[in-house]
Amino acid sequence: MATTQDTLHAAADGRKLNDPAMLKRRYAAEWRFKAYGLGALGIALFFLVVLFYSIISQGWTAFLQTNIKLDVALNEADFQDADGQITEQSIRVADYTKMARDALQSTLGLESPTRPEKRDLRGLLSRGVDVQIRNKIESDRSVIGQTVPVWVLANGEVDALIKGSIDRNTPEERRQLNNKQLAWIDKLIAEGRLEKQFNTGLFTYGASSQPETAGLAVALIGSFFMMLIVALVAVPIGVAAAAYLEEFAPKNTFTDIIEVNINNLAAVPSIVFGLLGLAVFINFMGLPRSASLVGGLVLSLMTLPTVIIATRAAIRAVPPSIREAALGVGASKMQTLFHHVLPLALPGILTGTIIGLVQALGETAPLLMIGLVAFVVDYPTTPLDPATALPVQIYMWASSAERGFVERTMGATIVLLMFLFVMNAAAVYLRRKFERKW
Amino acid sequence: MEQIATSATAETAPMSGVANGEAPKVTARDVCVFYGAKQALFDVNLDVPRNSVTALIGPSGCGKSTFLRCLNRMNDTIPICRVTGKIELDEQDIYDRDLDVVELRARVGMVFQKPNPFPKSIFDNIAYGPRIHGLVRDKTHLEEIVETSLEKAGLWKEVKDRVHEPGTGLSGGQQQRLCIARAIATTPDVILMDEPCSALDPIATAKVEELIHELRQNYTIVIVTHSMQQARRVSQKTAFFHIGYLVEVGDTEQIFENPQDKRTQDYIMGRFG
Ligand SMILES: Nc1ncnc2c1ncn2[C@@H]1O[C@H](COP(=O)(O)OP(=O)(O)O)[C@@H](O)[C@H]1O
Ligand SMILES: [Mg+2]
Repeated sequence: MATTQDTLHAAADGRKLNDPAMLKRRYAAEWRFKAYGLGALGIALFFLVVLFYSIISQGWTAFLQTNIKLDVALNEADFQDADGQITEQSIRVADYTKMARDALQSTLGLESPTRPEKRDLRGLLSRGVDVQIRNKIESDRSVIGQTVPVWVLANGEVDALIKGSIDRNTPEERRQLNNKQLAWIDKLIAEGRLEKQFNTGLFTYGASSQPETAGLAVALIGSFFMMLIVALVAVPIGVAAAAYLEEFAPKNTFTDIIEVNINNLAAVPSIVFGLLGLAVFINFMGLPRSASLVGGLVLSLMTLPTVIIATRAAIRAVPPSIREAALGVGASKMQTLFHHVLPLALPGILTGTIIGLVQALGETAPLLMIGLVAFVVDYPTTPLDPATALPVQIYMWASSAERGFVERTMGATIVLLMFLFVMNAAAVYLRRKFERKW
Repeated sequence: MEQIATSATAETAPMSGVANGEAPKVTARDVCVFYGAKQALFDVNLDVPRNSVTALIGPSGCGKSTFLRCLNRMNDTIPICRVTGKIELDEQDIYDRDLDVVELRARVGMVFQKPNPFPKSIFDNIAYGPRIHGLVRDKTHLEEIVETSLEKAGLWKEVKDRVHEPGTGLSGGQQQRLCIARAIATTPDVILMDEPCSALDPIATAKVEELIHELRQNYTIVIVTHSMQQARRVSQKTAFFHIGYLVEVGDTEQIFENPQDKRTQDYIMGRFG
């Protein structure tokens, strides 16, 4: 077999094709190439796994929060103002902290606690409990006069203990919770009054100096406004620009310059867009600082080149035969574009747009420049209100040392990554769904 | 410029393609086409007779498609392309400023080399032209147009149960007949076909040729073909192009039996091409 092959392929100068040594070298080279590829893939996967492991292992606890069940006695006397009336105002100013502490005190069976004991009791509860109890009453005033069970937030230290990040065996003087407090906690656990529950607060609270009442709500709303603005600003402008450049623009030096600059724009570092936003939108146009409107506009500028480039590629991928067909039956250029080219380019445009939005959602640097790093407690109701963004919130939490903030940093990262995954999955799904053969 | 003109007259001297007798449907006079600085057609003079099939033959790259695309001004869509000379459809200058190119393309339908149905349903493929030209009165009228167009293209029997399925799902030959039906739907007088069978198998080709034969009763057809047999089978008049010049034109029989020009002879004998 080998001999016939050799004679068959003997070249004129006596060298043989398929020389075994050469073949061997070729196979070896091929094998090496494959090995390099697999190696590179392996390294990439390894780091990805390490990254996800560290984020998830540190972050998953952020989705649980320790709560304490208190039987709060809501005596009418505590809600009356000077005239003995119960008004909205008097409900707002009632001393909920004391009610909560009293409830905890009677739950633990302490008759007359000393001052330090009172302080220690208070130390088990979050500072946010007064708002929690007030909300309960404001939503249903009829509970006044009754003793009602309320699940309230435990203090961040208690939460850390329950999650195992405070060691009970460290000496008392170096521990944030003293022995008495530990005993109370054990009692509460035994009675089923202290447990970890799903942390809805992570999604409903705004900024706070206490980790247990710090949440992503303001950041989520801010990011939502910004995505909305990017979608409303960058997408129509980007698609229109791309359609013009592809279908209508004459090919001359001017359009060549535009073309080069769009590509350059895509490569401009994002912080530069932040500076631009600061100079133009805030200093020149006088838009408010820390507003998601400005953030959205800056991110729109940043996303624009991505949308333009993706749309142009998608439009160019529409076969010329379709254009000819449309023009051939007498469609105008505009009709050809809107009836045939854009619908066929839509999957590509959508994919590019979503990739642009994903970039924008994860962008931090330009937002720091325009003051989206504010400490915002109240929900922004319009894009003009102060807000933050998801990645900025992560950045802000990451600079706090407390255990509660560390886990929230990772928890928020998980939330951000989830959004990115969902959006990317949507891009893939849309591309698959609209993919057409012609 | 002068040089071009003189050489052009020298080259095209034997045949101008100008017919006498019944008024031609399309007349082309001194048509030159430039792609940028490069001239692709030189002083083409050709009359296309009414209700007959005119075949354009010649080696590839000689300008057949370029000439065909002048007739419905598809060349307008190529930015670097410039057309000079005069082309008249029913004695009306189609490059006249007042003439609406959109309307022209409804009157002069075009079928391309590769079947190019829209990636839509068969129905929508046909309905698109009439819709954008406002030729549709109501839904039943549109259905009527679709049916008669498919009927005329000999496709109705094959697709009448699936007109709402995608046109791209048809076989190649059916797709090409769908494209012919689509061209017919805007009620054109002239149908241009640029190598309509080059992507089809022999059986599909035979069907399309048969269809061309039938369409000749009501339409003026100009067909580019690289197959001399096909030109012979379907056309009454044949024009032979060679590197941008219309070398010879005449009755198909005469061109094939008794070509006057040496180059035509060589091409027909298969000596180049
Ligand atoms: N869009 C175009 N841009 C530049 N040159 C073109 C273009 N289309 C055709 N040409 C040139 O014009 C000449 C004639 O082409 P064409 O009409 O397509 O020939 P045929 O259809 O006879 O094969 C060729 O030399 C070709 O290179
Ligand atoms: Mg051609």
